[in-house]
Parts: sequence; C-alpha cells; structure tokens
Amino acid sequence: MALVSAAAIGYEVLLMRLLSIIHWHHFAYMVISLALLGYGVSGTFVALARRRLQKRFAGSYMVSALAFCIAMPVCFLVAQRIPFNALQLVWEPGQLLFLSALYLLFFVPFFFAATCIGLALTRFSEIAGRIYAFDLVGAGCGALLVIAALFVMAPQNGLRLLAACALLAALMMVTEVTRTRSQLVFTGAAAAALSALLLTLPGHWLSLRLSPFKGLSQTLAVVDTQLLGEYSNPLGQLSVVASPTIPFRYAPGLSLNATHGPPEQLAVFTDGDGLSVVTRYDGALEPLNYLGATTAAAPYHLLHSPRVLILGAGGGQDVLQARYHGASHIDAVELNPLMIDLLTGPYAEFAGRLYDAKDTRVHVGEARAFIANSTEHYDLIHMALLDSAAAASAGVQALSESYIYTIEAIDAYLERLAPGGILAITRWLKLPPRDSLKLFATAIEALRRSAVHEPGRRLILLRGWNTTTLLVGNRDFTAAELDRLREFCRARSFDVVYVPGMRNDEANRYNLLDRAYFSHGAMQLLQRRDEFIERYKFHIAPASDDSPYFFHFFKWRALPELLAMREQGGAALIEWGYLIVLATLLQALVAGGLLILLPLTITGRTVFGRTGLRMSGYFFALGLAFLFLEIAFIQKLVLFLGHPLYAVTVVLSGFLVFAGLGSGLVSARLAKRPPDARALTVKPAVSAILFLCVAYLLTLPGILPLMIGWPEPVKVALALILIAPLAFCMGMPFPLGLARVQAWARDFVPWAWGVNGFASVLSAALATLLAIEFGFTVLMAAGAALYFLASLMLPR
Amino acid sequence: MNYFVSFCLCVPALLVTALASADDAQFAQRRAEMVALIEDDVRRTAQYTGLGRFDKRVMDVMADVPRHRFVPVDRADAAYENRPLPIGYGQTISQPYIVALMTELLGVTEGDVVLEIGTGSGYQAAVLAALVSRVYSIEIIEPLQRQAGLRLADLGYHNVTTRLADGYYGWAEHAPFDAIAVTAAASHVPPPLIAQLRPGGRMVIPVGGRFTVQQLLLIEKNADGSLVTRQVLPVRFVPLTGEH
Repeated sequence: MALVSAAAIGYEVLLMRLLSIIHWHHFAYMVISLALLGYGVSGTFVALARRRLQKRFAGSYMVSALAFCIAMPVCFLVAQRIPFNALQLVWEPGQLLFLSALYLLFFVPFFFAATCIGLALTRFSEIAGRIYAFDLVGAGCGALLVIAALFVMAPQNGLRLLAACALLAALMMVTEVTRTRSQLVFTGAAAAALSALLLTLPGHWLSLRLSPFKGLSQTLAVVDTQLLGEYSNPLGQLSVVASPTIPFRYAPGLSLNATHGPPEQLAVFTDGDGLSVVTRYDGALEPLNYLGATTAAAPYHLLHSPRVLILGAGGGQDVLQARYHGASHIDAVELNPLMIDLLTGPYAEFAGRLYDAKDTRVHVGEARAFIANSTEHYDLIHMALLDSAAAASAGVQALSESYIYTIEAIDAYLERLAPGGILAITRWLKLPPRDSLKLFATAIEALRRSAVHEPGRRLILLRGWNTTTLLVGNRDFTAAELDRLREFCRARSFDVVYVPGMRNDEANRYNLLDRAYFSHGAMQLLQRRDEFIERYKFHIAPASDDSPYFFHFFKWRALPELLAMREQGGAALIEWGYLIVLATLLQALVAGGLLILLPLTITGRTVFGRTGLRMSGYFFALGLAFLFLEIAFIQKLVLFLGHPLYAVTVVLSGFLVFAGLGSGLVSARLAKRPPDARALTVKPAVSAILFLCVAYLLTLPGILPLMIGWPEPVKVALALILIAPLAFCMGMPFPLGLARVQAWARDFVPWAWGVNGFASVLSAALATLLAIEFGFTVLMAAGAALYFLASLMLPR
Repeated sequence: MNYFVSFCLCVPALLVTALASADDAQFAQRRAEMVALIEDDVRRTAQYTGLGRFDKRVMDVMADVPRHRFVPVDRADAAYENRPLPIGYGQTISQPYIVALMTELLGVTEGDVVLEIGTGSGYQAAVLAALVSRVYSIEIIEPLQRQAGLRLADLGYHNVTTRLADGYYGWAEHAPFDAIAVTAAASHVPPPLIAQLRPGGRMVIPVGGRFTVQQLLLIEKNADGSLVTRQVLPVRFVPLTGEH
C-alpha cells in the first residue's frame, strides 16, 4: 500500500521534471493537476464496482498495481509521441485536443494507483485510518525517494525505479492470489519477465523528445552543433552545446555602437531552454570589451575597484564582467551546484578557471539565504537576466514564486551594501513596460520602508533595446556620478529612463518609442504611485514575501482588449501564467464534476438529505483546507530553509508523514474502542489546528528571520518540529470523519472519498490563485477557517 | 498514332493544369481575403505604428505571393489565416500581418538590394523579391535553406539568392545593403550587419517568441552613419486606462 502511494507521488514529481524538459514548466503543472483527477475518478469507480471488486480483492489489487506499473512508462512513451505545442494554443484551438490527450494519458496511472488505495480502504474499512496513514507516510517517502534518485540517475530512468515499486506492491499480493504451487511459479515467472522488461527497456525509447520550439532543439538543428554533455539533478537538466561553425554570441543588451561581439562561447541550456553561456577566457581582457557595452555595465562606471556580490552566477558571464571592470573581490552565488561543477570541472580550462581565481569565491545557495547568512558588505550587488528571454516574453512565469524581487528582498540587499554601494538589477525589456516598472515600484517601496524620504534621489533606471538596468544606491547619487552615468548612456546609445533631477527632453532619445512610456511610468510611480498602479493595465504593484509573484502582471481589465487584438499583435501581451491556473481550476471543476460526482449521483450511490449534505461539506472543506495549509506552510518555510527544492521536499514529505502518523493514531484508538459515532469528535484536532495556525501566523514572521543564519541541518530539524504538530493534527479529521460515515451509512464512504478527492484537485489551483491575489497569510487563514467550518459541519 | 499518343498525354496534363488553376483560383480568393484583413489591421493600428496605410505595392505583393506554397503541404489550408505556422525544425513562417508590417517598415524601393537573415520557408524573401532588384538571403538550417532555394527558383523568384551560412557576418561581397530584414532576434544586433547597412538604409528585427512578436526593432542609419532605433509595438495598445 505504502509502495503504491510512494510510486504515485514519485510519479507526480518525476512527471513535473520530465514534462518541464519536454514542454514547459507551466504546462507540466496543468497536465499533472488534471491527471490527479484520476484519484477522484478511481474513488467513483471503486464505489460503483465495489461489490464485484471486493469479492476478488487480492486479484483486483494485484491487477491494478500491475496496470499502474505498466502504465507509468507506457503512458509516458505514448505522450512523447503526441505533437502538442503549447506555444500554438493561442492560434490553433486544435492543440486543445492534444492537450486533452495528455490529460487522459497521465490520468491512467494515477487512476490505477488510486484504485489500489481505494480497494484497500473499502476492503479494510474498519482500519481505514491505518490505511490512510500508510498512504500518507508512503507518499512522503516517495517524494524523498524520487528527489534522491534524481541526483544519481537521468529523470527518464526514474520511471523504471517507480515501476519497480509498483511491481513490488503487486507481488505482495502473490500469496493471496495463488492457491497452488504452479500458480505461484507462473506468477513469479511473469513478474520476473516484467522486471526484466522494465530494466532492459531500450534507453532510446525513453530518451526525451523535446519540443522542437525549445532553444536546445533549435540549436541542435544548426550545422555542426555538438552536444558535449548532459548533466542532471533535481534542479534541472543542463545540456552543454558547442557550435564551431556558427558560434554562439550571447551578449544580451549589447549596444548597437559596439564594434565587437563576444569571443567563443559554449551554450548551457537548462531543461532544453533558458540559455546561458560559458565564455572562453584566457586572462586577456581585450576580448571581453563587449561586456563594457551592455546596460548591466552601468554600475561599474560609478564605482572604483568594487567588492562585488553576484547573485545567480550561472555560466560566469557576470563574473567576467566584474573582472573586466576591475572588481577587487567577487563573491558569486549560484543555486545549481551542477553549474558550478561544469565551470570547475570539465569546462574549467575553457572558462579560464574563472571560479578558481583567488579573488573569486563561489557559493552554492539561494540568493536570499546567502544574503541573510552573510555578514559582509559589498560595493555592488549585481543580478542580471536570471530568467530566460523566452520565458520572459511568453509571460508564463506568473505561477513561479520568486523571493528575489520582493520588497523585503530589496531591503535585505540594501542592508548588505557598504556605504556608497549600489544594487544593480538587469532585466529583459518588455513592451509595454512591465518588469522594469514593477521593480522600480518595489525599490521605491523598500526605500520608503527604510525611512528614505526621497527615494527618487537614490534610483537610476536605464534601457537599451532589449534590457533595462535598475540601480539603487544606499545614499543619494552625486552630481558627478550622474554625469558619468549620462556619459555612459550617451556613448552606448542607451536611454536614460530615470535619473534624479532628470529633464523631460533627456528621455526617449536613442531607442525611440512612440511615447516615453518608461520615463513617464517611473515619474508617475514616484509622484502618484497608487493612482498610476491602479490605472496601469498590467499588475505592477510590488511583490512581497507574503505574495512573491513578481512575474504576475495580469489584470482582468486588459484581457478583453488583448484578446480582441490577438491577431494584430495582442497575443504577445497576454500574460498566460495566470490564465493557465484559472484554466486548470475550471477544467478541474468541470472534469471533476462530470467524472467523480455525477456518476455517483446518477447511480444513486450516495445518500442525500441534511446529514449527507453536511457530510459532503465536511469532506469537501477538508480537501480544500489540507492543501491550503500545506502550500502556505511550505511557502512560509521556503525562504527560511533557503533552497526551494530541498525546502519543498522536506516540508512536503514531513507534512505527509506526520499527517500519516496522526491518522495512524486515530486508527489505533478506533481499533481499541469500537466506533461509537457520538464519541468521534474532531473538535480537539481542529482546535489544535486553529491554535497552531494562529500561533504560527503571529510568531513565525518575527522568529524565523532571527534563525535564518543557523546551519542547514538545524533549520531543517526546526522546520520539521514546527510542521510535526500541525500536520499530525491535520491527519486526524479525515479518518475520524470516515469512521463517522462508517457508523452512519457505509455506502457513503466512496462518496466522501470522491468529494474529498474532487476538492483536493480544485485546491491546488485555488490555493495558487488565492496566494497570487491575497498572499500566503490569507491562504493560511482560509485553510484554518475551512477546518473550523468543517468541524461545524460534521453532523452530531 | 503519334497524334493519339500526344492526345493521351495531353489530357491528363490539361486536367492537372485545370485542377491546379481551380486550386489557384481558390487560394487567390483566400489571399484577397487575407489582404483585406491585413488592411483592416493596419487601419486599426495606424496610430501606434505611425503608418496610416501600407504602401499599395506592399499590399499588391501580399495579394500576389502564393503563401500556400511556402507552408508544409498539410498546412496549405491554413496558409491564408492571419497567424504564424510551423514549418519544421522549430521554425515558423511569420504571421502575414507581421510580414507586411516588416516589409513596410523596411521602406524598400525598386532598385534596392536587400539582405535577409533567416530564410525559413522563403516567404519573406519572395515578398521582398517582387519589390526590389535583388534579395540575398542567409539560413543556418541546412534543409530549410535547400528547400527554400528550390522553392523560390521553382516559383520564378530568380532575383533571390540563398546560401547556408552564419547570418552574423552578413554577406560582405554584396554589401552595402539598402535594407536588412532579420527574421528572428538574437541577443544583440550583430555589428557586421550594422556595418553592411548603407547610409539611409533600414534594418528590421522582430523581437519576442516564435509565435508572438512583442515588438519590431527598426534601425535607421543616417547619412552620417549615426543610428536611430525605433521600437514599434505591432499592436494598438496603450498601457494606461483612459488614454487613446
């Protein structure tokens, strides 16, 4: 049972990885959310076929587990053949058919996995709580297992591992199913054959077929390109490509006045897209002249031999830029250790041992965590183009939380600046302006919170034709600095968007727009911020740690206008990320209603009436609330733990395991004492949940920042200690409710399961929408309120 | 006997020609509809692109170039819809509206020599070919270059020369160019291309994703060699409410 749950959640995590590589991360999110409906639908199926299935419980369980085992790789193989192109959805509604086919395909394995669980729950309904506990603990371990596996194997090979788990689960039923020795031998031989097949499945069958529209696919279509190596870990798959005949020349934001491009480069693609480069460096600075001709070079013209902190060092372009400009010391922070391994290992010579230089220190870590732990002060903190141009232009990152562009983040960076220091952030230019103005508004807010009365005196914004660079000083910029900045821009034909004391005629000089949108926006943000943010057709209000959706620019008001002008260029302006979450929610609502609830209703396998409705409300509220709290809590701890992947894994696994233990405790107590419906109260558990939520909401924002500098293992332990009581209590209401249902009307169990599954599917998308609109605090409060509501609904 | 053989051979040929003409007539009708649609778009975006109407020559060429011959056979039916289409190798044929807008922004005249970076299916080259004296087009994906070269020759665009090469360096032997069309944006504008642009010439680069153009970068080289760049939003959209 635990093996099936482990494989199911493992498959979910693995699919997220695989689909992110083949397609894009946001579509992976949508496909998987919908595929999880398989869980709910299976509940309905088990309810409808219960009597027949229970007669042959062991056989049905074994067949389901085997089907799950086979479906995992097979569905993935078939899905790779479906020519879905996410980028064409806007033009070609027919792509929806392919998308639906993907939903259906991935629905299958989850359906079989859930059927195993549903079968066990109905067969052993008297110990449902215990089964639920194994389900949760297994799921928690499954998430950990897959993340660990992704460190040592290519993601596609993870399919073999998970299929083996499911096969093992099926084999555990062998002794129940087989009655004679020959049957046992036959089953054993069949299992051995299946295992052999899994292990020997040709590698090229499983090899990933990337969308032809991803950067890596397009690059490999160019003559003489050569894939030098592929490196994978749970953070992503890095592909290193050389192109000797038609060299890479990655120099974003390069001035049109530049006479030279970059020297030889190797391309590094993350998940088949998101290009970064490793530039050949032999110690000579002259080939790096191009690095002085980008907007990101601006701060170096205001500082002399600065101590530099580079956040998001990637392939080392920014480190080279710092070196080119005579930085006296460089600290470079990179999230993905694989990237650093590339530059200190196989490509170290090519990169001129850039990361081994004595004035350079490289740190693996997340930007905010590094800043929080650091005690050093820097003359320049530099962040440039951390997301790919493709992702930025597609507007699909709205779903991604980012703690590096929030008000609190800017505040934290400014605190680490030495006197006279500068924070410099370079981003892709979007038209009409979005990122740059949102960042400008964020910096204004951060400065205001630090009691800077005239933030405008500490801000500079400039733009080329495809990048913008924001400079934030920790003191007012001097007249001499502004003169140097103006000269820097003039020599490179960059436009000054905002400098303190700027004249109107300084704006929009070189890269002409029909109006000075950028300068106008910056001035308005300084003078009439709230009114401007309200009137602007994109969402440019600053992001905060509580709602860290910097990439969320969507406003409902602009949608009809943009959709109407879709064919006249409007399609590029639609921010799809938000719409994808909404589409996921609506699809889940319709599909869940049709596939889970309707069949149960029309076959009369439910009991309505006042009690039935209250029971339904109870399980629905629990389905929503569990994920609300889980997601809010994970996000509250992501920043604290400092590494999104490990944080999510640890917190998610912890949540599931402790919830499983809570459920197990309920089950054990119920087993000791025959269920008396009246004695089964959820009030203590719900009261504890409410108490813990309120306590955490009130204390964590104050306490966690104080402990953020503690060693990682201690922080993980602390996070688990915080999670344990909450998750433990959250594991109780479901089995308690189920026991109440058992005592009241056994036929209601599948319906309760179905309603809960339905709510869980809705919950993931709904939680994201709530967090985007109102923040995690509200999400947590909503989760707690739902638990309270549930406790009121459970009939006495 | 000979007459009979000739007759037998001619009948199918005539039939094929007749069917092709019927086919062409049907596509011509759809092409006219597409042009009407573009003209409508142009009127609506006039205030923002600064172009009240496109040059009649450009629109005439758009009405004349058989776009359905530049898309994969199974996509021919969609050729005249105002949208981009995939042509294989992760590349696309641009939306007709964007092709017309780019051609218009290039401001070409009859005697001009034009360089195109990124031949793709050859459609943009064909449109330009009908307006200028010579088009040089460079493609880096070998099968696309080969197919486009054959297609353009087959359709009679003899003033287009394609080659498989690195577009970054332009085509120095035929420089300077009166106009340069770059069909996909790189991280920066290659300095050699700017060098190969004749004073008074124009370069246009669409910026954005494969299926959605975010802006068009128009670079104009003044007589003194200085550059002016304009960033043209292809859509009628002002980011502030209450402003039109």
